[in-house]
Amino acid sequence: MSDSPGFNKDSIQNVIVIALVVCLFCAIVVAGSAVALKERRIENKALDKSKNVLIAAGLFEEGVTRVDDINTLFARFEPRVVDLRTKQLLTAAEVEAVEQELEISFADYDQRKAAKDPALSSALSDLEDIASINRREHFSLIYLLRSDAGIDRIVLPVHGYGLWSTLYGFLALEADGNTVSGITFYEHTETAGLGGEVDNPAWKAKWPGKQIYAGSGDVAMRVIKGAVDPSSAEAIHQVDGLSGATLTSKGVENLIAYWLGEEGYGPLLGSLSG
Amino acid sequence: MSNVKEILLNPIFNNNPIGLQILGICSALAVTTQMSVAAVMCIALTVVCAFSNFFISLIRARIPSSIRIIVQMTIIASLVIVVDQILGAVAYDISKQLTVFVGLIITNCIVMGRAEAFAMQNPPGLSFLDGLGNGLGYSAVLMSVAAIREFFGSGSLFGIQVMPLVTEGGWYTPMGLMLLAPSAFFIIGLLIWALRVWKKEQVEAPEYEIGQHTALSHS
Repeated sequence: MSDSPGFNKDSIQNVIVIALVVCLFCAIVVAGSAVALKERRIENKALDKSKNVLIAAGLFEEGVTRVDDINTLFARFEPRVVDLRTKQLLTAAEVEAVEQELEISFADYDQRKAAKDPALSSALSDLEDIASINRREHFSLIYLLRSDAGIDRIVLPVHGYGLWSTLYGFLALEADGNTVSGITFYEHTETAGLGGEVDNPAWKAKWPGKQIYAGSGDVAMRVIKGAVDPSSAEAIHQVDGLSGATLTSKGVENLIAYWLGEEGYGPLLGSLSG
Repeated sequence: MSNVKEILLNPIFNNNPIGLQILGICSALAVTTQMSVAAVMCIALTVVCAFSNFFISLIRARIPSSIRIIVQMTIIASLVIVVDQILGAVAYDISKQLTVFVGLIITNCIVMGRAEAFAMQNPPGLSFLDGLGNGLGYSAVLMSVAAIREFFGSGSLFGIQVMPLVTEGGWYTPMGLMLLAPSAFFIIGLLIWALRVWKKEQVEAPEYEIGQHTALSHS
């Protein structure tokens, strides 16, 4: 038909036919690849998250790349749902009630999506919104690592705005709910080499052992400009800022102030560590 | 045969999409801080450019001129989405670093430019090679820029530390500027200069000549 002498590629019929055929064909290809690769993508995402929980808790060893190994390590953690409105851990029965009421499942809970969903989050006022996140989800999934003596590590998801982007990460605390055992950011688009150094292992290594709260119970953790003076009384609450990345450093400080403060996990940590 | 070779190799030095046509600069700024990330971007763009040229050329006789741009866009966009999906499935860490830039291949002028300038007039085989060649030309510039930026900005190449950094107990203080987008502008500028010194025919004729000034001629 295309080679017949009467064929006019600019005719209205041809415009419609080509538009429809191209759209249909492209739609099938795109949908096909999306469906075929969906499982792999979801798996990768879940694996990346587990890996980061392990990194934050200090249990991840370089070189452990086998999926099974990561999953075995991760299986030691007990995921728990926190209601950030009441600052309480939900019991299994409460989790079930919430799942039924809101028609969600915490097994594949997408916390980032929830933070944007009006049914699952609340807007923050300027005064409350220290970490510049606009809305906060009602429910947060935290990870507890238990040993015979009780809770060993508490891994908390945190996020907050840096310079260009929202930083998503995990902060792990020791059993006292005060001493940092690790921090990691798994997603951000800060400037590579400057703010992007938030995921540099050398910088993250400065965090373990630091204490979040001052004696008064307030969040005292600061990311300061320059290097921490080890002889200073405040050194236990301070981490060196990233050079050339004042706003990213400030963002990290703010997100800790928010998530570990009264509005975040602060009251929960008090009750967990007894 | 020489025609085929020319189509494939010309875009690398003689008619480089970045160097001569100054297209596709935005991604060249954005993804060149690390060589491994730049390499994945180059592969993605080369694949998209080659296949979009191929498919567009395949149906070129039937594409009505009134909707040709949107037909080209649809094909390019579908290919980019597929490439993005594949990256997410097989190279998750790198696709996380490339973030939006893979999606932005859709708006990369090189892909669109080759579809419009070459694939609409030439048979599929040659169009495929033209896309491949232009992808390689883009890659050549991107990889050189990335090599310079990573070497001076982080003291490493492909993530392997070449110069030990001061922060890790070595001697090299990284050049912060190299990690910021403006440095890519400088480097691309210098590369274009070097290319035009080597290949004089790429220098454009000046748009106008500055006239001889006349003030002194009266005295």
